[in-house]
Amino acid sequence: MLEIEIDGQKLEVPDGSTVMDAANRLGVYIPHFCYHKKLSIAANCRMCLVQVERAPKPLPACATPVTNGMKVQTHSDQAVTAQKGVMEFLLINHPLDCPICDQGGECQLQDLAVGYGSSASRYQEEKRVVMNKNLGPLISTDMTRCIHCTRCVRFGQEIAGVMELGMANRGEHSEIMTFVGHTVDSELSGNMIDLCPVGALTSKPFRYSARTWELSRRKTVSPHDSLGSNLVVQVKHDEVKRVLPFENEEVNECWISDRDRFSYEALNGEERLTRPMIKQDGRWLEVDWQTALEYAANGLKRVAAEQGASKIGMLAAPHSTVEELYLAAQLMRGLGGASMDTRLRQSDFRLDGKLSGIPWLGMKVADVSRLDAALVVGSFLRKDQPLIAQRLRQAARRGTAVSALGVSGEDWLMTLHARVTVAPSQLAGELAALVKAAAEARGVALPAGVESVQVSEAARSIVASLMNDGSRAIFLGSVVQQHADASGLHALAQELARLTGATLGYLVEGGNAVGAAAVGAQSGLNAQQMLLSGLRACVVLHAEPELDCANAPMALEALKAADTVIVMSPFKTGLDYADCLLPVSPFTETSGTFVNAEGRIQSFHAVVRPKGDTRPAWKVLRVLGSMLELGGFRFDSSEQVRDEALSGARDWLPEYKLGNTAGDVAFARPVALGGLQRVADFPIYRNDAIVRRAPALAAARDSAAPAARMSAATAGDAGLNAGARVRVRGSAWSCELDLQIDDTVPAGCVRVSAGWPQTAPLGTLSGALTVEAL
Amino acid sequence: MNDTVSKETMSFALNEASRAAIDREVAKYPEGQAISAVMAGLRIAQEQNGWLSPEAIEAVADYLAIPAMAAMEVATFYNMYDVKPVGRWKIVVCTNLPCALSGGEQAAEYVQEKLGIGFNETTPDGRFTLKEGECMGVCGDAPAIIVNNTRLCSWMSREKIDALLDELK
Amino acid sequence: MSSPDTPQSILLAGLDGDNTWGIEHYMKRGGYSALRKVLESGMTPEQIIAEVKKSELRGRGGAGFPTGLKWSFMPRNFPMDKYVVCNSDEGEPGTFKDRDILRFNPHLVIEGMAIAGFAMGCSRGYNYIHGEVWSLYERFEQALAEARAAGFIGRNILGKGFDFELFAHHGWGAYICGEETALLESIEGKKGQPRFKPPFPASHGLYGKPTTINNTETFASIPWIIDHGGEAFQALGKPNNGGTKIFSVSGHVNRPGVYEIPLGTPFPALLEMCGGMRGGRKLKAVIPGGSSAPVLPGDIMMDCTMDYDSIAKAGSMLGSGAVIVMDESTCMVKSLERLSYFYHEESCGQCTPCREGTGWLYRMVHRIEHGEGRPDDLDTLDNVASNIAGRTICALGDAAAFPVKSFIKHFRPEFEYHVEHKRCLVPVEVQREGSRIYVEHAAC
Ligand SMILES: Cc1cc2nc3c(=O)[nH]c(=O)nc-3n(C[C@H](O)[C@H](O)[C@H](O)COP(=O)(O)O)c2cc1C
Ligand code: SF4
Ligand code: FES
Repeated sequence: MLEIEIDGQKLEVPDGSTVMDAANRLGVYIPHFCYHKKLSIAANCRMCLVQVERAPKPLPACATPVTNGMKVQTHSDQAVTAQKGVMEFLLINHPLDCPICDQGGECQLQDLAVGYGSSASRYQEEKRVVMNKNLGPLISTDMTRCIHCTRCVRFGQEIAGVMELGMANRGEHSEIMTFVGHTVDSELSGNMIDLCPVGALTSKPFRYSARTWELSRRKTVSPHDSLGSNLVVQVKHDEVKRVLPFENEEVNECWISDRDRFSYEALNGEERLTRPMIKQDGRWLEVDWQTALEYAANGLKRVAAEQGASKIGMLAAPHSTVEELYLAAQLMRGLGGASMDTRLRQSDFRLDGKLSGIPWLGMKVADVSRLDAALVVGSFLRKDQPLIAQRLRQAARRGTAVSALGVSGEDWLMTLHARVTVAPSQLAGELAALVKAAAEARGVALPAGVESVQVSEAARSIVASLMNDGSRAIFLGSVVQQHADASGLHALAQELARLTGATLGYLVEGGNAVGAAAVGAQSGLNAQQMLLSGLRACVVLHAEPELDCANAPMALEALKAADTVIVMSPFKTGLDYADCLLPVSPFTETSGTFVNAEGRIQSFHAVVRPKGDTRPAWKVLRVLGSMLELGGFRFDSSEQVRDEALSGARDWLPEYKLGNTAGDVAFARPVALGGLQRVADFPIYRNDAIVRRAPALAAARDSAAPAARMSAATAGDAGLNAGARVRVRGSAWSCELDLQIDDTVPAGCVRVSAGWPQTAPLGTLSGALTVEAL
Repeated sequence: MNDTVSKETMSFALNEASRAAIDREVAKYPEGQAISAVMAGLRIAQEQNGWLSPEAIEAVADYLAIPAMAAMEVATFYNMYDVKPVGRWKIVVCTNLPCALSGGEQAAEYVQEKLGIGFNETTPDGRFTLKEGECMGVCGDAPAIIVNNTRLCSWMSREKIDALLDELK
Repeated sequence: MSSPDTPQSILLAGLDGDNTWGIEHYMKRGGYSALRKVLESGMTPEQIIAEVKKSELRGRGGAGFPTGLKWSFMPRNFPMDKYVVCNSDEGEPGTFKDRDILRFNPHLVIEGMAIAGFAMGCSRGYNYIHGEVWSLYERFEQALAEARAAGFIGRNILGKGFDFELFAHHGWGAYICGEETALLESIEGKKGQPRFKPPFPASHGLYGKPTTINNTETFASIPWIIDHGGEAFQALGKPNNGGTKIFSVSGHVNRPGVYEIPLGTPFPALLEMCGGMRGGRKLKAVIPGGSSAPVLPGDIMMDCTMDYDSIAKAGSMLGSGAVIVMDESTCMVKSLERLSYFYHEESCGQCTPCREGTGWLYRMVHRIEHGEGRPDDLDTLDNVASNIAGRTICALGDAAAFPVKSFIKHFRPEFEYHVEHKRCLVPVEVQREGSRIYVEHAAC
């Protein structure tokens, strides 16, 4: 420990602390621009100059290590003169266009200029003008305002893991830019907007739409992935204008993904459903709530009476709230045993009833950063879980051995300890090899079923990393969860975890996947059984089964065949199979609760009033329950619903409810498939009904139209040329796509993304496909 | 600058000699530090192409497996990389103070007069580009001129300038 | 051809033309005897460093830091790579001495670096060579090949179990890369942007490993010190200023060039060696240590001896030993304008005071020179320079500020005249005559 005195206050700090660290601990504010606690130290802005006893010149607090007995003055004449001098330099070439700057009101330069600037400028020379850059649909530039702090550049290199922005040229000609003609495509790019201390990088969708001081700030939670990033939503006239991270070190730190940040545009968009609608004689009519609810209630009642409740099912998106899902489950039960599920993309349910609890991350999110080794199995990590990827990236920078076993060789923008990329059908074989290597390393008998697999060098090296000291984890991603033999893969991973001592965790899909399981939203027939069971009535909550289901065309057929389909959604969706549309609130317009992957319960309030006649879904379900004269719907508030649903838990689901251990499940075995195998992902901006409708995200690189992607070698073997138009055929349906060469796709596979209307006809997310030139 | 030039040189691939030269540079640095060869790589690509087009910069970056923007930062930081097309002969005259005291500026004026162009301009026939140089570390040789980055010419009297420009076809 | 062989020279001794650079000639002159002595006599690293300390050799790159002391900062028992780096990025206006060392005597630098490598336990070195002197880079590569072939670098040198690999890295036109941490960044394949210190290179240098950086001339002094002993080297100069030093003299003298003389030689003697003032004109001002050093009026200079302490006492710095001589035909405003333009051009751009301030300084001086000066400009100039000095990451900020402050301090009336009369105090024809293309000395 080192002793330091700042402005007369004494403090002990750990070795290696900087003066800035010490000042932060004391709550002494030292002006700064380039310093950011999550980024490397650049010490380039020089705003943080302070006086240090016995130092001949002022020193930058951000970069100066504390020495024992150091005495620092942050407001002495020497310090203030230096700070004012720097401020003057920063302002001479700054346009001072605060009245038309989106950063106005939240600009560090503006704030500090008030304190440290002088009113009249001594600078009489011509000011610099810097050309703006096109960074893509999300970030708008005003590069003349840039103060060269390089926070954006360091963010790219260090946090996003990719150097898209750099500072080109030299001296006062230095400019922040991308490589000629490139845009910024990182899934975390929006954080650069927050980091930019001036108005050089601002939000393109937000541009000129409000002044910051007109906005009220409200807290909520993102529904888009199972992290549950904490958000600050900025609102004007009951419309979401902008979304920013709410700092929560244990969840999202100070970051959010672009999906979390820009999805709000969908909520203000044209596709919003604002009045209840029913279909009569093939035509859609806007009706009042009473009419619509009676129509819905009657439909359900009639089917229950005539066909039995087993012919009623509900498909809910896993980002529906705890309150919605709890009441929905009550409703289904109340109808006499109707089914409900949120696991729309799953096709193997053999683990049901065998797991020790709800599948979950297996640890706290914050612990991911502290892992010494991790193996991620079957995940499109960056796009599925952008901020978990970020945590693993930071860990890898500190030396954590992160390995990947998956079906895509896409760059995770971090240094991997080892990587194995295989066709989906071979995941089982590779996991078995890991199990075998682990058993051999432990010197125990080989578990039955893995004796004959080949163990590669990579497998041994992964196992070695998982058997080292420290904390280690195996995470199962979306590909495993959606796999046709998910249970068998689980069994192998579980054995591997047992043998290596690593923790097994699931990178679960959807903002409330854990919550859904906790409140009984997976009851009766599972999603797949429901669709095969000849449903007569179906309620769809927040989902788009024609895109969201493991077998989309099958879902669509089932819905079209049903007598009544009630869609509860914020959007006009399902028009060709529904007969009743109920406008329900998206997460911004309702109070509710999500339980994230670590079991953290996060409740939130509505941040804006529901649009038009939209109502919170929990209230709609409450009315439906009453109309159907079912018991158990007497709630005055969503909090009451939550407390009942979660048995009073407010912060964490009790640990005993969570569990990734299954008993008595057979190991998966590699399957020999003829032809080409499908690799399917749900692209980051095609992942749920909200993001699919966000225009800026739709313009991003990650929203590029789907294609049939295969490696050059595979295409060559199939006699196909890049750019060719091809017909891709699944077991029952087919679609036409362009062929794209993509060497991250494993040999013998075609990657065709799901979540797109163009590819939905293909059916199952895995299995054999044929591809032929048109 | 000269639009016609940039269109002609749209695509770029490192030729075998350039790749071999870059490999030799990479070998000078510890393992995993191929990025250290980016300066040499860009120089080599510039020699091959005549100037550093974005495509040439990207080719070097790809060859060394570093981000294109990292190579761009380097290409735009150091003066002797030409990220805009230049004439066949790039003439750089040092006009810094020590040289200026012994005629550096007057030599520059004379070259301008002879070529009919100013600093950072290229003759219409594409033969010469003229640049003003900062200290080359040869102040005792003033006036000093560097041709195409590698040929240093010392004590450039008017007669020697005449001879030089005549020689460069 | 400049005149390398001046009285008492040790670095440039025996060099009489372009054919002296090869290893054969070097060996004939006694080359590599110091390295042999070190390895064969069993000198320990500690003994070498002690000898260098005794020599009172001060870094020849500009700051004049005692070399032996610098070497002693390197961690002893560091298990991983350590580096020794030579700074041949000579680009400080007025400096051209390292060029002649590399041109005529590259093996001297190789030998010095190998000894340094042995003394500090480094098995790898780089020499960073200024981009504009391309032929020297090629020559150095050739010299390295010769030394490698002769077994003076590489594995198991002289069979004594010492490994030392040495490579050349070229700059490509950036003055800032002469700053030692910018140079390291540049070797690492990045923009040459200086690093904040601490940590210093001795603990966190090239590729994050302990590194010692010295100037070409510094390394070149090492073999002589080993051969003749630190005390002998020290005795060549004066206390605290050991040895001979190469001065690069440019500007209004009859024989600009490099002159190796003992530290402590009176400035008038140096001036005389250079053939005196050109055209017999009167000495007006001298920048004694490269363009970053404060300018001194001629009469103050005539009382100085050429060593670190004397020049410092006179209010400037010996720096790299670049002596820029200006006679009475010189316009000080125009001269400062050119220097300020240089720093503004060469600022790396990362830190605010330098990036913004150097442009501001240049534009103000430019305005004054072009007859648009305002009376308060001089105070503003001085104050802006003060706001840069001492507030930047590296010393380029200081280097940009010192000329401004010193030119105004010593030649204020000339600046005031410019502001008031919107033209130079020295008539333009006189200036042109003084700086006429001057090549006579080149004939020799
Ligand atoms: C802007 C700037 C430019 C410099 N240029 C050079 C240079 O060209 N050559 C050099 O040897 N040192 C130069 N230096 C000094 C180096 O940073 C460093 O101090 C020196 O190389 C150390 O070697 P020495 O101890 O042998 O002098 C420069 C310093 C600064 C701040
Ligand atoms: S002082 Fe100038 S050259 Fe040095 S780091 Fe700062 S901006 Fe770069
Ligand atoms: S915050 Fe310290 S220099 Fe920028």
